[in-house]
Amino acid sequence: MPDVTFTVDGKKLTAPAGTLLIDACRKAGIEIPAFCYYPGLSLQAACRMCVVRQEKVPKLQTACTTTVAEGQVFVTESPEIAQARKATIELLLGNHPLDCPVCDAGGECELQDMNFKYGAGESLYAEAKHHRDEQQWSPAVFYDRPRCILCYRCTRMCGEGMDVWALGVNNRGADSVIVPNDGQQLDCEQCGMCIDVCPVGALTSGSYRYKTRPWEMNHVSTVCTHCADGCKVTLGVRSTTDGAEIIRADNRDKSGINGDFLCAKGRFGFDFVESADRLTKPLVRNSAGKLEPATWEHALSVAAKKLKEIRDSRGGAAIGVIGSNRTTNEENYLLQKFSRTVLATNNIDHERTTDYASFARALAGHPGKTASLRDIASACAILLVGTNPTDEHPLLAWLLRTDVRLNRARLYIANHAPIKLERQARAMQGLPPNGYKDLTTILDRGETDLAKAVKAEESLIVIFGSEIRGTAIHNLVTWGLNRGPNPDSVRFACLGDHSNSRGAADMGLFPDLLPGYVPITEPGAFVEYADLPPAAGKTLSQMLDVATAGELGALLVVGANPVSRAPLNPAALKNTFLIVQDLFLTETATLAEVVLPAASLYEKSGTVTNTFGDVQIVRKAADRAGVKPDFEILVRLAEAMGGPIKGLVPFGRAGTTADLGQSRGAQSGEADRHAVWLEANGLEPRLSPFDPFALFDEIERLVPGYAIDRINLIAGNDVHSEPASPGLVPVTALAGEDFIVPAHDTLFTSGTLGRYSAALKQLEEHQAKELAKSAAD
Amino acid sequence: MPRLVSHPDEVKIVSRRFGMGAEKIDRYLELGGYEAVMKCLAQDSDWIINEMKASNLRGRGGAGFSAGMKWSFVPRQSAKPKYILVNGDESEPGTCKDHLIFLHDPHSVIEGTIIAGLAVGAKMGFIYLRGEYRYLLEITERAVADAYQRGFLGKNIFGSGKEFEIITQTGAGAYEVGEESALMESLEGKRGVPRIKPPFPAVVGLYGGPTVINNAETIATVPHVINMGAAAYAAVGTPRNGGTRLFSISGHVERPGVYELPMGYNLKKMIYEVAGGIRGGRNLKAVVPGGSSTPVLLPQEIDIGMDFDQVGKAGSMLGSGGVVVIDDQTCIVEFALRTISFYAHESCGWCIPCREGTDWLKKSLTRFHAGFGAPSDIDNMQYLAENMLGRTFCPLGDAAAMPTIAFIKKFRKEFEDHLNGKPCPFAREGVLQLTVV
Amino acid sequence: MSPNHPNPESIPVFSPQLAARFDALVQKYPVKRSALIPMLLYAQDEVGYLSDAVVAEVARRIGITELEVRNVATYYSMLRFRPAGQFNIQVCTNISCLLRGAYEVYERFQEELGVGPHGVTPDGVFSLEEVECVGACCWAPAVQVNYDFHDELKPDLVPGILSGYRGKAKAGNNGASSLEKKANSKEPHA
Ligand SMILES: Cc1cc2nc3c(=O)[nH]c(=O)nc-3n(C[C@H](O)[C@H](O)[C@H](O)COP(=O)(O)O)c2cc1C
Ligand code: SF4
Ligand code: FES
Repeated sequence: MPDVTFTVDGKKLTAPAGTLLIDACRKAGIEIPAFCYYPGLSLQAACRMCVVRQEKVPKLQTACTTTVAEGQVFVTESPEIAQARKATIELLLGNHPLDCPVCDAGGECELQDMNFKYGAGESLYAEAKHHRDEQQWSPAVFYDRPRCILCYRCTRMCGEGMDVWALGVNNRGADSVIVPNDGQQLDCEQCGMCIDVCPVGALTSGSYRYKTRPWEMNHVSTVCTHCADGCKVTLGVRSTTDGAEIIRADNRDKSGINGDFLCAKGRFGFDFVESADRLTKPLVRNSAGKLEPATWEHALSVAAKKLKEIRDSRGGAAIGVIGSNRTTNEENYLLQKFSRTVLATNNIDHERTTDYASFARALAGHPGKTASLRDIASACAILLVGTNPTDEHPLLAWLLRTDVRLNRARLYIANHAPIKLERQARAMQGLPPNGYKDLTTILDRGETDLAKAVKAEESLIVIFGSEIRGTAIHNLVTWGLNRGPNPDSVRFACLGDHSNSRGAADMGLFPDLLPGYVPITEPGAFVEYADLPPAAGKTLSQMLDVATAGELGALLVVGANPVSRAPLNPAALKNTFLIVQDLFLTETATLAEVVLPAASLYEKSGTVTNTFGDVQIVRKAADRAGVKPDFEILVRLAEAMGGPIKGLVPFGRAGTTADLGQSRGAQSGEADRHAVWLEANGLEPRLSPFDPFALFDEIERLVPGYAIDRINLIAGNDVHSEPASPGLVPVTALAGEDFIVPAHDTLFTSGTLGRYSAALKQLEEHQAKELAKSAAD
Repeated sequence: MPRLVSHPDEVKIVSRRFGMGAEKIDRYLELGGYEAVMKCLAQDSDWIINEMKASNLRGRGGAGFSAGMKWSFVPRQSAKPKYILVNGDESEPGTCKDHLIFLHDPHSVIEGTIIAGLAVGAKMGFIYLRGEYRYLLEITERAVADAYQRGFLGKNIFGSGKEFEIITQTGAGAYEVGEESALMESLEGKRGVPRIKPPFPAVVGLYGGPTVINNAETIATVPHVINMGAAAYAAVGTPRNGGTRLFSISGHVERPGVYELPMGYNLKKMIYEVAGGIRGGRNLKAVVPGGSSTPVLLPQEIDIGMDFDQVGKAGSMLGSGGVVVIDDQTCIVEFALRTISFYAHESCGWCIPCREGTDWLKKSLTRFHAGFGAPSDIDNMQYLAENMLGRTFCPLGDAAAMPTIAFIKKFRKEFEDHLNGKPCPFAREGVLQLTVV
Repeated sequence: MSPNHPNPESIPVFSPQLAARFDALVQKYPVKRSALIPMLLYAQDEVGYLSDAVVAEVARRIGITELEVRNVATYYSMLRFRPAGQFNIQVCTNISCLLRGAYEVYERFQEELGVGPHGVTPDGVFSLEEVECVGACCWAPAVQVNYDFHDELKPDLVPGILSGYRGKAKAGNNGASSLEKKANSKEPHA
């Protein structure tokens, strides 16, 4: 659309013709009040708050439906307009209960704000207000009808945004009421988006209601710890006697690729951090064979002593390391560096949920071919293969739906089972469960609807799930790179589970691959690592096999639960000295000799990489006395082993040894507070050995694809990384695909972690009941 | 069966077949039926639209928009099918004229619909009747079936090779559905909530296709315009207000009924001569000239010609042509309350000013009429209505606000008399009990 | 679905005639959903009200959710979700009728039937409600009994109207509410 110039409140503005006046004004910093208008959702023109005067038009016009054209003149604030808005608010307040002091939305309420601005202070009505009892629609959603102003944001969000359509409007006139689909109950995805968009306190959250006043919280913007999409999330945090607790999660500033979106896990599943099962003291197995609480110093020295002893007597090959899908990139990088340089072993792996290694290999030498999540938001055409994003990648599903709805994107789906996103798809291709290997043949033949349509697409993003591995990835990528008519405009994304499984892979938690998928056999820049063991180590299952055979001296497990994943005979590890860093006493941790209580992703800083390769910064929000970030635990382990800390984490000025944490208070593990001490001692504050960012330069320097825009990253934006950059040496030997076990988490599960979220459990039970009900009907 | 009335001043055009059995297709044909459509089949669409424009036929649904103009807005080319939609939702209190058309002359609606289709290039028409008019729907469905049977509707109408289908539809109790875009929503099986305009129905209407929506009387008039010729039709009325109108005269008159009178006919004459004057020799107190949504007129304001322009000049509206006559034994507060109760009941609830405004007006007036008013209520109600005016999503809000303002302004004294526990001067047993389920 | 509702599989919700009519109705319009409001009205005519089973069956036939059906159905004032009498008396009290004695007529109905607004007589034959303008203003006051119009009423005409319908109720069936006994629900206008 060509730009047009028009006048608002005497200012000349320019915008593409057809832009909504309300959007054009907001962009120019002219705020027009609105209840019903919500960007991205269909227009309502129902609240009449956005009225403005347009020159030569007899009636006030709604800015939410007026499109701008050349030469128009508008006034958005005048006594007449203020009076119209005031009158509307007066009408709303006629029935609205003025229970602001106890309302969850008090202080964050759009009605309150507008009332403040337009000053409808007097009540014109003598009649009693309607009272209706509050209703609970699900464990997550409560509805207070008298507070509802009928802006229809919730119904639209649920229907248009989520494609769930679980909210409706019943009756008419003043009896109009928002209703849930199952009579008194909500049968839905429990995403809580309706609560989020409600401008008042009509819809409230089961987990947040009546917990606090909004101004009592600090708001920390970080990244969700559940699935691999990596939504930005704002945690509302309040201090407690033993740290700081999270009371709410949303994406308040609507920043990040997820905008206002969060799924049930992101919104309600943070409560695991407060779980009563949380470990807050190190545990060491005593002579009676029982785990008993110990001090950090003791636990670390027991673990370090044993690791050192085994390394020195039997060599690093007798030690194994299993890393995490949820720890930060810095922690993962440090873990592999610690394993390789301190423990002297390449026996390092993680619980792989998809084949990122083959993906990197297939793209080696083809820079610019990986799609970021941002690319999905505006893609013209997407081919989705072997995945059900609605359950496993809620943000991806949201972006796909939005792209189809707002940009008329064309979605193509090839899958072995029906999935909900088919409702948005242009064409579908059914495949037998093991038929993904034939997909490229079908696409090449161009006989099916999908194949024909895909062939005609100028540019295409191919997104595939964990069903596609090894050679299938190679084939699909090769097909894409060679397809006409415009081979330049193809991009790919490979989907895995868990919040930093991509980071685990990128950071080299592989027995045969260094960070950035650099083969251990051709270490390139990594030669600077002192004494890098030259041969590939053992994979996760090989390590467990060796352990079962009694030949693994020690196993360090960081944020992983291999015992539950591949059910092991507990006796299998009896000859292995097991050290576990985790939040909970998992199946694996119960077998350990030393258990070190770790901080969750919400209690630390660093970066994570989502499954699309988008790197985001994680900021410490909550705090829990007694726990430590895995980063600090590893540094202290290394130190306790007498290792050269400086070589592991480049920190401090030359010739200075910095504090190792002894000087800090009870709430340890926090680089920020530590910085005060460092500064007082003339040290460079950012360069503490516990500061994950001390490692960032090294990651940027050594890991192919991670030389990213750091300013943008630190500013809280997602920055795309691409380990398949030209610097990457193609992988020659493929780590076997049989080691890959997708988690296939649902909307309410999140690996081992999710089991400790009471909120997610409740939601899962609620939805199971709803399912049983509809099956009975 | 509703009683038919007649008066020598009537000019029977639309009503000329009333009471003659024209609901039967053979009788309709005997009475000159379907000649207009055959005439149109021999002409092109421009000719039809020009005739309509020249006739000065203005919409009989309420807004009085030129029918010919409306038809001319429909794009000639359209990727989506075009439709004709006949608005037989007749729900404005005081209006019962379409009732008689469907009862006595349903084929005239069918014929008019076909002509409208020919004019704009639509191949399908819908006749939507309010749900309460079940017996009229049955009569209309019979007529449509007969027209199909004769080949007047279908794939090859009148052997012309042209196609036209008519589908009948019923509502289920909702005044708001008479609003043209809410009507389309209802016809699509949805809640009767109006649509955002623009786009206007002539461009994006039913099922997304360009749609002409006209009141049943407007459509029933079309064949007569074609038969008489536009000039002759226009000559019956006043400038810019062609032809006649079916006036529903109700309330306190001696001979209530639906009378067809030329546009511009004097309102006073209409009440005192045509309808026989005020019942029981009482005095006139007020007249609602065009259905319940139009501002009330005082006795001294009724010496006006009943066309869109003159009534507008008098500060009210011709609306749907429903003339409600109120005698001096009537409590205006109660009348106002009954009026606003209706709009509160019928507000679709979509927009705040109408949903909340009608509700509060109703509540305040109920209390006020029951004798529990406060002096500030009168100003508050006027303030409230004035703040609804022009601010709502569709004209229903105005329809509630306009009469309220007029009642308060013109009968302020009577409102004041209700205060301070003074009993209603026209006390009648049985207080308003309208409740919403 | 209410717990005591019979299994929809075993008892068809609609009579074969109505089911056939609905089969035709969904074909009639360019878009299936246009059949929704007529279907609800005709279903109510037969069943007496929009029971959960009716809502579910209509939703199934149109291919929309029950919530969507309820969103629409609750909008329209002729549609009801609770049984009414076999003959539902709807007294218009809007302005034209008001002026010509609608409330006197309404009160007479209440007296004769011994029920108040929205009441149903104990034998289930009559129910009474006040309604908005029914489009008979020039023949006011007007009343609709189901779909039949009775106009130019006076309170004295009320007993005659009622006895006429009582006779029909007796002739047609044992007078039980059509709503409780679906088999007896054929109404004179249907
Ligand atoms: C609230 C409201 C109710 C209306 N009800 C009716 C109605 O019952 N019948 C009708 O013909 N027009 C009604 N109209 C007018 C229609 O919107 C539309 O203007 C009319 O059908 C167009 O036909 P006409 O140009 O032939 O008058 C109503 C308008 C509004 C705003
Ligand atoms: S004015 Fe608003 S609430 Fe009233 S009927 Fe129109 S859209 Fe609905
Ligand atoms: S934002 Fe424009 S009417 Fe609500």
